[in-house]
Amino acid sequence: MLIRKAGDIRPSEITCESNYLNRRDFIRAGAIAGGSLIASSALAAVIPEMGMARLADVAVSPLSTDETSNSFEDIATYNNFYEFGLDKSDPYKYAEDFKTRPWTIEVSGEAEKTGTFDFDEFVKPFDLEERIYRMRCVEAWSMVIPWVGISLAEVVKHFNPTSKAQYVAFETLNDRKQMPGVRGRALDWPYREGLTIAEATNPLPILAVGIYGNVIPNQNGAPIRLVVPWKYGFKGIKSIVKIRFMSTRPRNSWNMAIPREYGFYANVNPTVSHPRWSQARERRIGAGLFADKQETLMFNGYGEHVAHLYKDLDLRRNY
Amino acid sequence: MNTLQQIRFVWKPVVFLVCLLPGLLVVGDTFGITGGLGPNPVEAIMDRFGNWTLRFILITLAITPLRRLTSWNWLSRFRRMIGLFTFFYAFMHFLTWFVLDRELRLSDIIEDLTERPFITLGFTAVVLLSMLAVSSFTAIRRRMGKRWQSLHNMAYAIGVLGVWHYWWQVKKDITEPLIYAAILSVLLGSRILWRWNRKKPGRRRPPRYPQ
Repeated sequence: MLIRKAGDIRPSEITCESNYLNRRDFIRAGAIAGGSLIASSALAAVIPEMGMARLADVAVSPLSTDETSNSFEDIATYNNFYEFGLDKSDPYKYAEDFKTRPWTIEVSGEAEKTGTFDFDEFVKPFDLEERIYRMRCVEAWSMVIPWVGISLAEVVKHFNPTSKAQYVAFETLNDRKQMPGVRGRALDWPYREGLTIAEATNPLPILAVGIYGNVIPNQNGAPIRLVVPWKYGFKGIKSIVKIRFMSTRPRNSWNMAIPREYGFYANVNPTVSHPRWSQARERRIGAGLFADKQETLMFNGYGEHVAHLYKDLDLRRNY
Repeated sequence: MNTLQQIRFVWKPVVFLVCLLPGLLVVGDTFGITGGLGPNPVEAIMDRFGNWTLRFILITLAITPLRRLTSWNWLSRFRRMIGLFTFFYAFMHFLTWFVLDRELRLSDIIEDLTERPFITLGFTAVVLLSMLAVSSFTAIRRRMGKRWQSLHNMAYAIGVLGVWHYWWQVKKDITEPLIYAAILSVLLGSRILWRWNRKKPGRRRPPRYPQ
């Protein structure tokens, strides 16, 4: 099958997948020889301004899956990012000139440390880690994506939330000039998402700044986006400009739009159908036309890390 | 060649090929000849056949109002063919769902048909369309007499079911279903208007055909 090439990225800028995988093997071998995984020494996260530039000092994570990652083209051309249009290929087409610098992130609410931070200052205190995660969209398709990011738990800890902070809320940039989709009224902009403080301090969620070892493409939520691998993809809010620690549950965009179909928790759950389709199985993107769908796993296969968070919650009601 | 022969031997084959083109493009894209289907080929094929079904049902339903408006009576010569293309695209859309999306799993299919109203609507439309397709042969049409017309009046209902199916299927943005619904309402409205006009005494038009 002919797959259209991403026109805005020169081939020389992309690490070919085989080299990339070899590099991982090499690092793993080194880590095993050294008797441990690479220690998370204080490696300041420095994110180059240039799109698709290589990220340095990225540690591998034991939380990564060993499933085969999707091709860069799949990951970068099949996106739900309604700010850039409703078709899956729109974000790739219309986010090319999106400006991710200067970029500021406003941290507010129930935390000791608040304020507006320049993006580069915001990420600097944290270590870059590669996390290869399964991504399950609420639309019953999935991918495997080699993210590079910083641990959300570390970020939360850094800002020292007070005891009142029960939730963390996020907001996407809302810029009519740069985002053609915002001119339409598909959703009530800005895009909003939220997590409970327990979810946000779980080791799994990251704020992603890269894919395949390079700076994250605009259409995937540059310069910084949330990744919560046990929840449906719409929880992974993109191009974040605001983080707020809250004592009450924040509203999230898809729940505001269609509360009957999209909840706050949005945990991947094969036993609770979406009103209009079954969530029992999923189509792995890139598997080809005649590939069988695969069974969807409870919590997208991350149950051992997160199931305890929901032991007292009726997941059928709190979809 | 007289006009009838021209229609039969020149224009019908031309229109046939034009109507087939969207389907050929899907095949071409599937095998990477004319382009590609993107990262989710099953969804792409299903969407494209579905969209062309809706376009074809609107074209089919537009023929008669257009003929009345313009007196281009030759238009009705293409109505059956275009109607059958509507069925063709609907059936391809159905087959893609049945074979590639539901993977022939009967339990899934029954669950979809019984629990997801938008699929019930779409499936009903396909069943009705296949009844129209089967009864489109001249011999059957003759044998059915007057009942044929009442059966084929279901084309309107099928149009409504199709657009409704699409409307319920979209995730959020209803712009496109709304466009289809608007065109459909104009087409249905024109028929109601025409019927109403015809019933008024004094406005009766002379019959257009030698009967």
